[in-house]
Amino acid sequence: MQFGIFSVSDVTTDPTTGRTPDDTERVRNMLTIARHADEAGLDVFATGEHHNPPFVASSPTTMLGYLAGVTQNITLSTATTLITTNDPVRLAEEYAMLQVISGGRMDLMMGRGNTGPVYPWFGQDIRQGIPLAVENYALLRRLWTEDVVDWEGKFRTPLQGFTSTPRPLDGVPPFVWHGSIRSPEIAEQAAYYGDGFLHNNIFWPMHHTRQMVRYYRQRFEHYGHGRADQAIVGLGGQAFMRKRSQDAWNEFRPYFDNAPVYGHGPSMEDFTQQTPLTVGSPQQVIDRYASFVDDVGYYQRQLFLVDHAGLPLKTVLEQIDLLAGEVVPELRRIVESKRPADVPLNPPTHAERVAAAAASGGAGATHVGDSTDPYTGTVAEGDRPNDPKHGTQEARA
Amino acid sequence: MTTSEQSRTIAVVSAGLSQPSSTRLLADRLADAAVRELEDLGQVARVENVELRDLAHPVVDAMLTGFPSGDLARAQEAVTGADGIIAVTPVFTSSFSGLFKSFWDIIDPEALGGVPVLLGATGGTARHSLALEYAVRPLFTYLHADVVPTSVFAATDDWAASAADVGAGLPRRIERAGRELARRVAQRQGDGPADPFASSPSFTELLGGS
Repeated sequence: MQFGIFSVSDVTTDPTTGRTPDDTERVRNMLTIARHADEAGLDVFATGEHHNPPFVASSPTTMLGYLAGVTQNITLSTATTLITTNDPVRLAEEYAMLQVISGGRMDLMMGRGNTGPVYPWFGQDIRQGIPLAVENYALLRRLWTEDVVDWEGKFRTPLQGFTSTPRPLDGVPPFVWHGSIRSPEIAEQAAYYGDGFLHNNIFWPMHHTRQMVRYYRQRFEHYGHGRADQAIVGLGGQAFMRKRSQDAWNEFRPYFDNAPVYGHGPSMEDFTQQTPLTVGSPQQVIDRYASFVDDVGYYQRQLFLVDHAGLPLKTVLEQIDLLAGEVVPELRRIVESKRPADVPLNPPTHAERVAAAAASGGAGATHVGDSTDPYTGTVAEGDRPNDPKHGTQEARA
Repeated sequence: MTTSEQSRTIAVVSAGLSQPSSTRLLADRLADAAVRELEDLGQVARVENVELRDLAHPVVDAMLTGFPSGDLARAQEAVTGADGIIAVTPVFTSSFSGLFKSFWDIIDPEALGGVPVLLGATGGTARHSLALEYAVRPLFTYLHADVVPTSVFAATDDWAASAADVGAGLPRRIERAGRELARRVAQRQGDGPADPFASSPSFTELLGGS
């Protein structure tokens, strides 16, 4: 199982000091947090995408591209990439670029976004949220898997003979997750394509999470991608830890009470019972999160929210150390011991996807353009470099 | 489907704040009238009481967090799964109470479609009685509920009236309203609350519709 952190990139006043970081400081803190997570040995760093204050993460691939250069092992991802309001052509280009730059050390998670006003800012209509997510993602996949695309749909201008560059690394597109909290349609979409499904349950009770994951797993099997328990599942999570449980409660309470979303609402006592938020010792976090595989089956990625509600950078880095040093090794040992042998241990890596594509003869081209029309990228019929009649280009493993 | 010997559930939502509350008193009377009438129609009815005062904090929490916790979740299930609903609110500053409105604000807006609903309200004087018609009834019309024609308002005076002068008074209105609700409940062939997973379109449909 992969363990990592995801950030919503909120700029929030620290309620204990009244201090608010500016946007520049918050962005730089996120970079420090991601690098620290890499050094501490966590598996994933994922950034949100937001286009309104108090959030700063408007440009995920710029951030992740930089992080690709300064980190060693950590998988860079998103939580989530807005499949509704981003042009799928730009998504295809930007994330293929990130894939190439990071050497395949990335994946991404699609989401519809939960901020209504964003839609008109990017020329879209929120009433079309689900149809946009469906059409845009179908086009994005084609742009990655087909070298030359003729396309026509409802929500953007048609494409004729369009080639998105750079072509995906080794001819194999990035692995994609779909994140949703309450739309069965999105679980259905993930299942249809055999993609991953992450239920961001940090503000939700487990019985709801269980329903959504079960539905995705059933549909994954229905579409013939494998057994239900072999589907690729991720969960969100939230924890605040100190060696002594009472210290964690005392320190986190003012942040909880004033946090965006749930602050000034339920008590921390109620919320920690109703949602995965766990405040306490590392052992308490281990005990709580080790039980989730019993609820949703063995899953492949667990992300934690650790850097919100105005927590100072120093505290966040300490949380990462506790997570990576004291929680993950033991938690991993427990949950992986519950994994059936033929259920995937982790989400697929780039190398595994390349090998799988090579085995099925499905890898695409890594370059398009030789002997083609210089304006359209197209070639005469039957003369394409990866035309099935000419054999498929071998992928590098 | 036979209408005899069938068990029905009536959810009674009461938004009174004091204890004891005249709003709850009216709700109980309305429920009794409906149950009696259903018995006359050969049906057994079970009453589920939802006292919003006990759920005031969870209702606000749910508005902030987006999900209902423990007792509130059970109350919502009782209401959305019922064959009929009796909804009674005190009249505050010319309309339903804020707590009453908040409870319906966080119910799945599809869940009340076609469900028989009887409305009641309480207030200090009869001058508030039309609040039922200009405020409460439109709310349930919006939710596509099947609201019975008679809604019942009880002013303080109504409770004080003696048995002698109740001929055209509160008890008769309660009887009539209870009867109207019972008949609709008895006729209804409920299909239960909608299951979002069962009604989700297949992806092929989603693709075709895009």
